[in-house]
Amino acid sequence: MNHLPQAWGRPRDDVYGAYNASFLPQDGPKQHTQSPIVTGTSVVAMKFKDGVVVAADNLASYGSLARFTDVKRLRQFNTRAVLGFGGDVSDMQHLDRLLTSLSLRENYADPGSSGDETDTASLDAKNLHTYLSKVMYKRRTDFNPLWNHILVAGLDDADKPFLASVDLLGTTFSAPSLATGFGAHLAVPILRRVAPDEAAAETLSMDDAVNAVKEAMKVLFYRDARSLDKYSIAVIRKDGVQLKEDEKLEGQSWAFAETIRGYGTQIH
Amino acid sequence: MTSIGTGYDLSNSVFSPDGRNFQVEYAMKAVENGGTAIGIRCKDGVVFAMEKLVVSKLVKPGANKKISTVDKNIGIVCSGLMPDGRHFVSRARDEAASWRGLYKAPIPTSALANRMGSYVQAYTLYSSVRPFGLTSILGGWDSEAELPVDGQVGSGPKVGAGGKKEGQKRGGPFLYMIEPSGLYWGYYGAATGKGRQSAKSELEKLNLSEGDITLEQGVKEAARIIYVAHEDSKDKDFELEMSWVSSLDGPTKGRHEEVPKALREEAEALAKKVIEGEDDDDEEAEGGATGDQMEE
Repeated sequence: MNHLPQAWGRPRDDVYGAYNASFLPQDGPKQHTQSPIVTGTSVVAMKFKDGVVVAADNLASYGSLARFTDVKRLRQFNTRAVLGFGGDVSDMQHLDRLLTSLSLRENYADPGSSGDETDTASLDAKNLHTYLSKVMYKRRTDFNPLWNHILVAGLDDADKPFLASVDLLGTTFSAPSLATGFGAHLAVPILRRVAPDEAAAETLSMDDAVNAVKEAMKVLFYRDARSLDKYSIAVIRKDGVQLKEDEKLEGQSWAFAETIRGYGTQIH
Repeated sequence: MTSIGTGYDLSNSVFSPDGRNFQVEYAMKAVENGGTAIGIRCKDGVVFAMEKLVVSKLVKPGANKKISTVDKNIGIVCSGLMPDGRHFVSRARDEAASWRGLYKAPIPTSALANRMGSYVQAYTLYSSVRPFGLTSILGGWDSEAELPVDGQVGSGPKVGAGGKKEGQKRGGPFLYMIEPSGLYWGYYGAATGKGRQSAKSELEKLNLSEGDITLEQGVKEAARIIYVAHEDSKDKDFELEMSWVSSLDGPTKGRHEEVPKALREEAEALAKKVIEGEDDDDEEAEGGATGDQMEE
């Protein structure tokens, strides 16, 4: 018997001739789930004293092509949680459907006391983040990751502001200000200048937080070549979610671009 | 039933010589003893009401709900064997989920009624199963707005081909009743269970086919009808369970929900008043006709 495991279970070469290996895959394992196709760029979010603000632009890129320009990457789950998706858009859609069926089943199990204006939605932002982190980790363990970096913004079970992220590996991280993708490099320092830690976020006003996030979106549009000046922004507070999906960046100033050297057609 | 004892009533899937399936007829008997359930199709929504007989003082009031939600916008109330009802609702939820899986949109009420009708009918065909001891009233509000496909992220191009017809009418209130035979029809108002006869005659008085009645009126009528239908079994206590589903701009925003406690209690108080009023009338009438005869 051949001692090479590759040959086990295969027809013997000395009887049937050499195995025709052209039928076998030539290029190693399957790779079609190993890269995103249509992608969204950064999601930016920040906690303030009684809520969370989260924003993402409305672009879905196909490689470097700005393919879809009215894509809503913020998803309101209920009155207490909004998700911001960076990364693959079709995986985002898959997760969206998954969460729709989750919320239906939650409603079957606990319809809540209806009519009372307080929405007793049983899933808060914290529950949702835990659930998503398990989904993402399971998928990466199957070598079939959902190519997203997600920010979960909302309120926890005590109605305190909650902000956390989960990425395609199932890694979770939480901080008073968070951003995905390019924004993790570019936006987070800007936000941290406004509120460096939890204590500062607890005293931050909503207007200051919203302005900081808008400023971060603007800087991202200046420097991120896969971004757009149309964006969505959501504010989650105890009294509900305020979601605007068709905002335009205001007060742009491209004066700084004049001083940039080394790109394009300039000579010096 | 003269054919009882002839053997044709022992097995499902076997007709009697005069063309009846006795197992199905016996299933309908099971329903006839269940609590009264009604559904009313109003112009801006659907109301369900159920007479839930109190089986024991040891059961928590308000527990063991008998009206269930399927997807977000559909309600089901069953009369008959409760465990059959639970299974029926579970199946309906699976159907709604599989519809979403395939079409990425909520199941239309008519499609769910069709699928559940087929499901119930399948249980009349085989000797290995018994029919559902159940008549279910199934209704919902199909969205009048153009719903996005589940997971849709944008609205697509604003110009060019899209195949959309402007001003198209869609959605609205729907109500169906499914019987143990699998027979299902659409109704303006449906009633089943022990008090169905009086409930039906009350429903007929509402002229539901004209489509004037509003959801709020419907809730009050529903409560009244359950109280009227309960008159025959007055000695037993009952709880009134009510749910509703309205249009998107109505009180439930297109979702099937329990009727708020305040409104339910208001409707109940009104119903009791009407019943007592009728009793007084009856007594006066009887007093006039029968003179000094003693009551009861």
